[in-house]
Amino acid sequence: MNMLLYLSDFVIPLIFFYVIGMGFLMKINIYDEFIKGAEDGFKVVLGIMPTLIGLMVAIGILRGSGALEMFARVIAPVTSLISFPAQLVPLVVVKMFSSSAATSLLLDVYKQFGPDSYLGQLGSILMSCSETIFYTMAVYFMTAGVKKTRYTLAGALFATFAGIIASMVLMKMF
Amino acid sequence: MINYLWGAMILAGVVVGMATGRIGEVSTASINSSKEAVTLCITMLGVMSLWTGLMQVAKAAGIIEALTKGLEPVISFLFPTIPKKHKAREYIAANMIANILGLGWAATPMGLKAMEELKKLNNGSKIASTDMCTFLIINISSLQVVPVSVIAYRSQYGSVNPAKIVVPAIIATFISTIAGVTFAVIARKCAKDREEEE
Repeated sequence: MNMLLYLSDFVIPLIFFYVIGMGFLMKINIYDEFIKGAEDGFKVVLGIMPTLIGLMVAIGILRGSGALEMFARVIAPVTSLISFPAQLVPLVVVKMFSSSAATSLLLDVYKQFGPDSYLGQLGSILMSCSETIFYTMAVYFMTAGVKKTRYTLAGALFATFAGIIASMVLMKMF
Repeated sequence: MINYLWGAMILAGVVVGMATGRIGEVSTASINSSKEAVTLCITMLGVMSLWTGLMQVAKAAGIIEALTKGLEPVISFLFPTIPKKHKAREYIAANMIANILGLGWAATPMGLKAMEELKKLNNGSKIASTDMCTFLIINISSLQVVPVSVIAYRSQYGSVNPAKIVVPAIIATFISTIAGVTFAVIARKCAKDREEEE
């Protein structure tokens, strides 16, 4: 696992090197393009800001009231059977419906346990390898005017479950 | 959906807070969380803009286009019934690349266009076509090379090395995508066998 962590340090700098290098080779105005793209990203973040405020407040209220801990305590006996930490169950479940709500839960885990703790790292990986199943299906199938979705949900859940198992196994290798 | 989720979280929080005598914490948490959301967005502004800026350079340098072309054989394998040169293939490829590069917000418009094209191929039927099922399963299994936003969150909350999780995350997302592809390919075969029997 140390090797994997070591490699992680290389991914982003190498992408930088490759993209900027290619930009030079293709003789494009790299800096102008960068600014143009950065502006788009800026707008996207400003766009999600109200959503994030709304959801982080909701999660904050849940956390403050002790409801999240209660929930974790109730399901702990079940999740301990597969040695999945109960504190991360809300994250995995909510991620299927809403990405921003799951983000707020992940941040809550960071705040409580730290981003470099076991829970913080497992949460980070889980967040990176899962998608908002129900939201995506609703939006995409609505566009296609489809009512019967056949085996899509089963396949999506299967893939998500494989990602969860993989995350846990990878964390064990730490 | 989000209406119920959001409303239920707040109502449940207030009720539980009153029951456990932690209503003071609930009050403080609501104010602090709103401030925290803004501080987080400031970090996000930096990391996200950096990434989208870099990706714009990649686009201008033709890297994105090359990647999309490179996906052609994969598309043929996953969607054998979509005719060659059909627009659906292009949109599906563009959607996958955007997802892989962590540009989720840019991926959705492409994905929706792909669904519209698949709808035409499906003659506007109310039953999902096999291609639609495959496309969504793979989309949801979310192959992503750099989890940009997770890195931004980690740095905001004081991680010693925010990018530390990149490679484990790539492996995990890769495994979930392999599982999704396997499922989709087997399901396609079963569906075809059943049609032939009928």
